[in-house]
Amino acid sequence: MPKLKLEDLQKIKEKVRRETVLREGAGKAKITVHMGTCGIAAGARKIMSVILEEIEKRDVKDIIVTTSGCAGLCSREPMITVELLGKAPVKYVDLTEDKMRRIFEEHVLNGKIVKEYMLAIGSERVD
Amino acid sequence: MFEDLSLHILDIVENSIRAEAKNIKIKITENLEKDLLSIEIEDDGKGMNEEMVKKVLDPFVTTKSGHKVGLGLPFLAQASKMANGNIFIKSKPGKGTKITAVFQHSHIDRQPLGDIKETLMTLIIGNPEVNFIFTYRRNGKKYHLDTKKLSKNNLKNLLNNLNKIFENFPREVKNE
Ligand SMILES: Nc1ncnc2c1ncn2[C@@H]1O[C@H](COP(=O)(O)OP(=O)(O)O)[C@@H](O)[C@H]1O
Ligand SMILES: [Mg+2]
Repeated sequence: MPKLKLEDLQKIKEKVRRETVLREGAGKAKITVHMGTCGIAAGARKIMSVILEEIEKRDVKDIIVTTSGCAGLCSREPMITVELLGKAPVKYVDLTEDKMRRIFEEHVLNGKIVKEYMLAIGSERVD
Repeated sequence: MFEDLSLHILDIVENSIRAEAKNIKIKITENLEKDLLSIEIEDDGKGMNEEMVKKVLDPFVTTKSGHKVGLGLPFLAQASKMANGNIFIKSKPGKGTKITAVFQHSHIDRQPLGDIKETLMTLIIGNPEVNFIFTYRRNGKKYHLDTKKLSKNNLKNLLNNLNKIFENFPREVKNE
């Protein structure tokens, strides 16, 4: 077995910590904004701001907001992934501020997937 | 290409995060007397070897799977050169990386700072495990933000505290 390095252990620890936070109800929803070069150029930072605005405006405590690198789907940016506790992650593409507000209200707060804005299943590998 | 410097900064710092940096310093200095604007991003991530540092400004290099070209650093290099400036990269494997971009402040093609606050909020909220130190200097005045002193347990409180801190920053970094 290859020797585990300290940094590997730290990575595993961090991963476990994040997943535990989600599982233990400190976060009942997790939103990941893809913040790679293409995402940034397409307006991902504004999408992040809309999410933060919604959180400030409302009484929500249990949402985790995070960012990740490029998702390999540059033409469909800005893009987010919404993960509700115990449910499969859903990717939304070609976002605008208005679409983001609707996803926040309907999916993040009320658990109803906004199908029109969802990335069609199976199209993840298209570049 | 990005339309302002705050978007370049976000993209360059995302490199540091991908390099597993735990401490990232972002310095912006505006010196009107010397007609200079400089941006410095220093991280303690995994760094690059000499060969990589040489190649990284060539837009046909990347180590990331699925992508043939890396554009972030070439974009920043182009933005600085357009404004009579330059970019410098210092890096050491296992130690970290420092990217410095300088611009002629008054140059007609120098991109505006843009919304530095929005960039920092995105970085800080999106990466709670990373410490960010931001220093902004303008004509001898210094403004400072260190996230080590902030509690990150509660998102709403963190947003509140960050907004309060930014109240003390000048409008140049807030795009107001
Ligand atoms: N701060 C850094 N620490 C370590 N490696 C870096 C850093 N910044 C850039 N690199 C390396 O340089 C490459 C090119 O960066 P960039 O021009 O931003 O393009 P991209 O991020 O799309 O690959 C990265 O993939 C990475 O391997
Ligand atoms: Mg990059």
